[in-house]
Amino acid sequence: MDFRLTPEMEEFRKKFVSWLQKNIPEGERGSSRAQMVKSIEEWGQTYRVFQKKLFDAGYAGLHYPKEYGGQGKTLMEEFIVMKTIASTCLELKGPGVITHGMAAPTILTCGTEEQKREYLPRILDGTHIWCQGFSEPNAGSDVANVSTQAARKGDFYILNGQKTWTSMAQVSDYCILLVRTDPNVAKHKGLSYLLVDMKSPGVQIKPIKQITGESEFNEVFMEDVQVPVQNLVGKEGQGWMIAITTLMFERVVGDATMAGAYLRNIRTLLEMVRQTKRSGKPILQDPLVRQQLAQAFLEVLVLNYHGFRNISHLLKGGIPGPEGSIGKLLWSESNQRICEAAMQMQGPYSQIQMGSPWAIQDGVWQYMYLRSKGNTIEAGTSEVQRNIIGERVLGLPKDLSRAARREGK
Amino acid sequence: MDSSFNEDQKQIANQARRFLEKECSMTYVHAMVEDPQGFTKEIWTKMAELGWMGMRIPEAYGGMGMGLVDLTIVLEEMGRAVLPGPFFSTVLLAGEALTELGNDAQKERYLSGIATGETRGTLALYEPEGGADPAYIKMQAKSNKGEFVLNGTKLFVPDAQASNFIVCAARTAAGNNPEKGITLFLVDSSAKGVSISPLPGMDGTRKLCAVEFKGVSVGKEGILGEPNKGWKPLLKALQRAQVGLCAESIGGAQRSMEMAVEYAKVRVQFDQPIGGFQAIKHRCAQMFLEVESARSLLYWAAWAQDHGDLKEAALAASAAKAYCTEVFKGVATSAIQVLGGTGFSWEHDIHFYLKRAKANEVALGDPVYHREQMARFLETADLSQIL
Repeated sequence: MDFRLTPEMEEFRKKFVSWLQKNIPEGERGSSRAQMVKSIEEWGQTYRVFQKKLFDAGYAGLHYPKEYGGQGKTLMEEFIVMKTIASTCLELKGPGVITHGMAAPTILTCGTEEQKREYLPRILDGTHIWCQGFSEPNAGSDVANVSTQAARKGDFYILNGQKTWTSMAQVSDYCILLVRTDPNVAKHKGLSYLLVDMKSPGVQIKPIKQITGESEFNEVFMEDVQVPVQNLVGKEGQGWMIAITTLMFERVVGDATMAGAYLRNIRTLLEMVRQTKRSGKPILQDPLVRQQLAQAFLEVLVLNYHGFRNISHLLKGGIPGPEGSIGKLLWSESNQRICEAAMQMQGPYSQIQMGSPWAIQDGVWQYMYLRSKGNTIEAGTSEVQRNIIGERVLGLPKDLSRAARREGK
Repeated sequence: MDSSFNEDQKQIANQARRFLEKECSMTYVHAMVEDPQGFTKEIWTKMAELGWMGMRIPEAYGGMGMGLVDLTIVLEEMGRAVLPGPFFSTVLLAGEALTELGNDAQKERYLSGIATGETRGTLALYEPEGGADPAYIKMQAKSNKGEFVLNGTKLFVPDAQASNFIVCAARTAAGNNPEKGITLFLVDSSAKGVSISPLPGMDGTRKLCAVEFKGVSVGKEGILGEPNKGWKPLLKALQRAQVGLCAESIGGAQRSMEMAVEYAKVRVQFDQPIGGFQAIKHRCAQMFLEVESARSLLYWAAWAQDHGDLKEAALAASAAKAYCTEVFKGVATSAIQVLGGTGFSWEHDIHFYLKRAKANEVALGDPVYHREQMARFLETADLSQIL
């Protein structure tokens, strides 16, 4: 047991920290303020430029094989880079979350040689942004209910249907798409996994305005969209398996790096309680505020050391175990609690959003508070996560009434 | 960066699990709750033979000189078994205080006895006003011709009834800084003027006592550490005891969760095992989430005591103490709810876990106290040094 980095890794970390300090664009340091004032298109562009810089400097895809544009190093280097970015300028990577967290690992693990050579280098160098087409109007938590049809016609699949809550679709070049190729077998077995060019004729994107007022996510309509059969990942009917099994490794890294981002939020919070005064005294002196501040910090520590434990498990050759399944719940729910606490500390000022001189810290907490409401819904709701833990980790039975309804169908 | 246990450590855990399953059955726990001493000499001797009392004691005094990480492995198993008796008071309170502050003669006299299982000790810290802060230590020890005379009452002293000696914190000098002027004394439990009376504590597996000191004289040989400078080194010993409580709490929380989950799989209502209902399933999933997160924090806190710098060790101990003990309480409470009427009965074992959880929550600083320590850390910290 050793919670320190090895001297070599510490050296690597220091080198990256100093590289990053020189390469963060002006105005991108500090909290999420930078993200709030950008259009999605500008945000996507900032990401592409930053990702290219990372790539050119040898800091992209650290654990990816060299033949696909990676650095051929270990998950440890990737973790160090990702966490450092998260604690410094997370927003620069924001539009690439699906790209690096879902598309790339799926292609690397399940893709054909041609797919890996075609797509991975352009993911790592920032050329392409990917979005994820899983959810549909009638397939939310019940993802297997996907009804977008992919009919085989010669060397193509012809797609018809609709996806929704598709983050970053409006700036994406490609989409990992879950489609139904066989309507005549059990729900889970009739799904396939396609790589789809978002510029294909017949793809139409309609942004959805969200709780924060911006539009990260979209509806995506597909009408007779042609996708070459070589864009199938795995085999027909393996879509479900690919969708749920390939993401676990990468999720662990993503979850573990969130502690870096929240540590930055703790710094912002500390600054807030030092500067915000009530009855002439900084609210940092209020005993209740001190408790809330410490509790927020405590949750970040939990996330941090839980992440260490997971990464350490993977580095020792383990597969993501039960401890890995709780990462999503930990980061999403603790973020909501931390934002809630920050809002409470502000009292009536918590109502004032960005754009007023009266807004505390430019309204960053108001933005993060609202944005955090999506955390327990996106990437699998908290309820679905708890079902997974209950059934797959603790071995509790499935709900019989649910199973019975399924049978009856 | 490696947060896993090595093969030796896994071996320690297996051995502890096997031993405690055999020797510390729930029948034994039930019996010890009713027993005024709260433990049997048989089990104590066997544990000493396994080397558990001396794991942290330096080899020169008959121990094994191991790290806190190693001891937490055993403590986790002890928590799982709600092991009754004075192990915590002897090894983590008196033992750690002596290791931190004792001179050669004191270590020779007391630590060797602890390692062999002959001697048991405890720490008298809290007073009637309660509280973990040094400002609450008001009991006077007056200097008199090279000796000190102790007068006052200590409360919440764990397992003093089973002790041969008591480490007592008392005030020997007044001043503005409450951390200064505290001296630690080694007092024989049977010394003239010492009277120990049991308190009807909720957690019957770990007895609490009131200890009265009436004109108790302590000679030079009984002064532990430097006069008036006892608090700082004691705090280091207390941090290790806090982390020890966390390990025990994780073990207890793990077992509480297992009892709830096992029951949820077999208890049928509305024609299906209740674990199939999301109301129960999600409760169980939450227990798992909390136990595993607390475990991650515990490993860091234990490691930081052995290898971290002073600030990191202190922060980690407070963070773990606040979090792990609240998790234990929450999981035990939730387990009772899953177990329904059965969980409310004396017959079922779960109530011992809840009661231990409530005791661990307030022992050596409650979560509010430890969060305040964390807030103080934040006021001056360079966060980049920690994460």
